[in-house]
Amino acid sequence: MTGKNRRNTPYITDMRPQDILMPVATGLCCKPGGFHIDPVRPVERAVITHGHSDHARPGHGAVLATQETLGMMRLRYGDNFAGSTQAVAYGEKIKLGDVTIQFHPAGHVLGSAQIAVSCKDTCIVASGDYKDAPDPTCAPFELVPCDVFITEATFGLPVFRHGNAADEIRKLLASVALFPERAHLVSAYSLGKAQRVIALLRAAGYDAPIYLHGAMEKITRYYENRGVALGELRLVKGVKKADLAGTITLAPPSATSDIWTRRFPDPVTAFASGWMRVRARARQGGVELPLVISDHADWDGLTATIEATGAGEVWVTHGQEDALVHWCKTRGLAARPLDLVGYGEEDEGDARPIGEDAET
Amino acid sequence: MNRFAELLDRLAYEPGRNNKLRLLTNYFREVQNPDRGYALAALTGALSFKHAKPGLIRDLIAARTDPVLFALSYDYVGDLSETVALMWPKTPLPPRSGGEGGEIGHNSPPPTTLTEVVTTLRTLGKTELPKQLTRWLDELDETGRWALLKLVTGAMRIGISARLAKTAAAELGGKDPHDIELMWPGLTPPYLDLFAWLEGRAEKPVNLDPAPFRPVMLAHAIEDTDFANLDAADFIAEWKWDGIRVQAVSGRDARGNMLARLYSRSGEDITKSFPDLLPSLYLQDSSNLEHDASRKPLHTFRHHAPFAIDGELLVVRDGRVQTFNVLQQRLNRKVVSPKLMKDYPIHLRAYDLLGEGDTDLRTLPFAERRARLEAFVARLDDPRIDLSPTIAFDSWDALTAARKNPASAGAGEDAEAVEGVMLKRRDALYLPGRPKGQWWKWKRDPHIIDAVLMYAQRGHGKRSSYYSDYTFGVWTTGEDGEQLVPVGKAYFGFTDEELLRIDRFVRRNTIEKFGPVREVVHEPDQGLVLEVAFEGLQCSPRHKSGVAMRFPRINRLRWDKPPREADRLETLERMLKPGATEAVAEAAGH
Repeated sequence: MTGKNRRNTPYITDMRPQDILMPVATGLCCKPGGFHIDPVRPVERAVITHGHSDHARPGHGAVLATQETLGMMRLRYGDNFAGSTQAVAYGEKIKLGDVTIQFHPAGHVLGSAQIAVSCKDTCIVASGDYKDAPDPTCAPFELVPCDVFITEATFGLPVFRHGNAADEIRKLLASVALFPERAHLVSAYSLGKAQRVIALLRAAGYDAPIYLHGAMEKITRYYENRGVALGELRLVKGVKKADLAGTITLAPPSATSDIWTRRFPDPVTAFASGWMRVRARARQGGVELPLVISDHADWDGLTATIEATGAGEVWVTHGQEDALVHWCKTRGLAARPLDLVGYGEEDEGDARPIGEDAET
Repeated sequence: MNRFAELLDRLAYEPGRNNKLRLLTNYFREVQNPDRGYALAALTGALSFKHAKPGLIRDLIAARTDPVLFALSYDYVGDLSETVALMWPKTPLPPRSGGEGGEIGHNSPPPTTLTEVVTTLRTLGKTELPKQLTRWLDELDETGRWALLKLVTGAMRIGISARLAKTAAAELGGKDPHDIELMWPGLTPPYLDLFAWLEGRAEKPVNLDPAPFRPVMLAHAIEDTDFANLDAADFIAEWKWDGIRVQAVSGRDARGNMLARLYSRSGEDITKSFPDLLPSLYLQDSSNLEHDASRKPLHTFRHHAPFAIDGELLVVRDGRVQTFNVLQQRLNRKVVSPKLMKDYPIHLRAYDLLGEGDTDLRTLPFAERRARLEAFVARLDDPRIDLSPTIAFDSWDALTAARKNPASAGAGEDAEAVEGVMLKRRDALYLPGRPKGQWWKWKRDPHIIDAVLMYAQRGHGKRSSYYSDYTFGVWTTGEDGEQLVPVGKAYFGFTDEELLRIDRFVRRNTIEKFGPVREVVHEPDQGLVLEVAFEGLQCSPRHKSGVAMRFPRINRLRWDKPPREADRLETLERMLKPGATEAVAEAAGH
């Protein structure tokens, strides 16, 4: 896939990579292009990788993102979330100042994109959050050859191997079969994970109605409107307790330890997340059925992707930077942690304990 | 192995007993022989092989992974077996740059079975272990590796008792778990005969054990209202000793050799933990000895009579029965050292005689069994085994007085090891389980203190949305003046309605959150006072307060009481002084 090995290409001609993209307090700043990528504070022009709230924030002057990402921002923040918007298709090239940017699928959630920033002979790819595993709800990750690869490191430790998501779904269905008198409550992040779990359940042949916590309705309907088939979905609100026996309900993590769960008959609490690989993490949250399903690349995915991009230099951000930087160096790659703050708060890179309840 | 690993994995997260049972029974139903039998053996602790040391596991992972990555991972995960299970690379460490590591297992060997692991480990030499473990680690997935490492290091700890595993097996055939308990000592892994019987394919396996366990008879707790319908003349009373209920059994095997065993009340063989009691259990039949007195005794041919005693295991020092706190030093020890046996001399106090010679006494009324027990213990004449004395009483009032003051009612200096009174019908047969109206226990009143709720934690399973585990404290004078110090944790004793009220209180009065734990307001004039009942107290250097409660539970909610009026640590400390227990209990509000 890598057309040429960029590792041996002397890219440092007249411009260093850090002159093109540079971490600042506001986020990743592209001075020659006059924009920021996923800025954490309002800026004049923002290029957004995907719709999770730690990456897509309201209040920017102009926003460039995929149609889906823009749609999700509108859903969340209302019609006036930015001064102006511009929908960018995958593969489309856009000239901004002295640089050219191009969006490529990141495979993370619906509409997620990697952003390739090219200036003269140098290409930097800011991959945002990504995964190289199959996902029926979004376009598959596309490998983009580059000189500098900016990678996340949410699961940047070799203990994180996510395995096959279908196997985890089988585990869930086996539990539903074994405990038909109980409700199964699957904790999943509202944007992306929930819809992927539903799609995986359908792919496994589960065709009963799937129930939703109210907070998931809008975004899930949005997925359906964008052509992702999810089968029959029902809101859990107003359903009698006895009727929820033997059913599966998707709910945001904050709800599954809340008094909201008292409407379910003896619920089995499942949690679909890459963190479920580590037992202490699962136990801490009171999870009874951990499901290792992640929308981030696992260790093998991260390392394989880094190698395949052919990048000679790797910048590592949000997550377990140390281990991944160390690994890059043992492979002879220049690598450094990128000190960006403010990421990993909505999605499963969450720092907050999953037990925070909303008291509603 | 993967199916067994899946079971262990699920059990480790499942808090509910009935749900655990369902998972286990389902496993026994789905999985074939002999795998399920070895699983039952693993869960009941019946497997024996030399366990692998953590050092070996470290060596194996060091040969496969980068040390920095291992250190970072171990630091994150916190458990060696789990770290290794998760990060074990499918391929050997590749060269530093370029080149592909060889994929292992490319010709898909059959998956490793639990049977293969168990049977191989039994015979494997120490030097062969690393290579074999490596092979298995390569073949298994994350969960399989985790289970394998737990198994080979002997550190399963998944919250399953042997009893629960046997109950699950019994459910497979709709049988009484007692039946399995009875035949258990005669069974060996992988229990083909047991499963054949459970599935209705064969007759019930006969316990050929010459010293079998007999299912224990238990008592009901007596309520004040029960006495009106009971006649004191129908009952024999004795002290309820605060030790461990055991069954001491001796018998003769097929070759005529005597053997003796000590069982816990659930039927677990605990003989190995009390070797100092063992010689006393080889009763020399005195009638035979007298008969043989004229002949020169041959030490190769000794006369013994089989028997089964139901009694209490106690530590007796200088003729005084020690409290449960002292006895605890002898429990759950891996190694029983001579010093331990000398410092904590073990003793059997006999309650009942279930069998003597070849005669089963369980079908006799208690009064008759008691008479035979008295004669038996007298004949035994062993300082380590004595008779549990009866309490003389002619009315319930007299017994009430005795219970209130055991020291002056016959228990004398041993009164501190008395935790109440037992009432047994004179005509009660020895029946397994808890038959109605036969035996009653009348426990000493618990100690009571008023403590202040400090932290609340969400429960598990059905209670996962309720703050149902409470850490409470009492006042003490610290560096910053008056402060509360935690003295215990309780999660039952309240009604469902009270739980709702406390839960609401916790949510509204949270001052800080730590994951599933909430710190609740606890100021002199703001907070919730809990009346806590507990059975006993012991020194505990592991607790900040220096004390640990036995069996604490919430007795009453004192919404009416301001926290400043709760008890002080000094009250508890006074309870720790020997002899002071009763007096303090009185002072604390009895």
